[in-house]
Amino acid sequence: MPLSFDSALGIHVKALEVRGKRTELLASNIANADTPGYKARDIDFRAVLSNARNQTGFHLRSTNERHIAAGNDSVSSSLLYRVPLHPSLDGNTVDGQMEKAEFSENALRYQASLTFLDRKFKGLIGALKGE
Amino acid sequence: MALYDVFRISGSALSAQSVRLNTVSSNLANADSVSDSPEKAYRAREPVFAAVLSALDASQASVGVRVAGIVESQQEIPRDYMPDHPLADRDGYVYKSNVNTVEEMANMISASRTYQNNIEVLNTSKQLLLKTLNLGR
Repeated sequence: MPLSFDSALGIHVKALEVRGKRTELLASNIANADTPGYKARDIDFRAVLSNARNQTGFHLRSTNERHIAAGNDSVSSSLLYRVPLHPSLDGNTVDGQMEKAEFSENALRYQASLTFLDRKFKGLIGALKGE
Repeated sequence: MALYDVFRISGSALSAQSVRLNTVSSNLANADSVSDSPEKAYRAREPVFAAVLSALDASQASVGVRVAGIVESQQEIPRDYMPDHPLADRDGYVYKSNVNTVEEMANMISASRTYQNNIEVLNTSKQLLLKTLNLGR
């Protein structure tokens, strides 16, 4: 039976990748909390993750900045705008408290995925050593 | 790697907020400045923030923040009748700054809270990255 990292590590690699991307998005929202006209953005984690799982290994690479994105990046193609609870007069839709709560939750779930991966690696190492 | 971009994004926010704190301290320091004409009087300054849009990232998913410019308050310059003042004009008026101290204090607290938020984001991301580096050990 061939050992493949993809099947051994399961969904956690992709989950970690999407969590990392979401961390970046939420950081951007928090950074622009006072920027007039900025619209807060987020992703639908479940949709992006299932997209990432079904993706094949082929990607289109853009070599010029004027190339149109080919939609190979599952995160940027499923970006959504947050529906504001109480938008401010300057057109900014960032809710600082909510973004921070989301950020903390996202960080926690990132660590959960990390722990899962860690255990998988330890399991593999244990199997290789045969102790 | 996405997490490394957090340093760029939050870093830009930190620098933008420190510009805001700078203008607040400049405004508060000059709250009692007087001058001999309304043109020379100190006007309250405020930075205008804008999102940094990049040409490479078509989706503009995660963007930093920059200071697009600094605007001066267009509120009326208050004047006081003080004929004994060395800076008084021909009619005995001195012109004060149009800084609203209460507004500036609120602005300062808002800026420092946003600064703290971004520091926390940076710290959390740093910890996540460090833990990722130790994966499988």
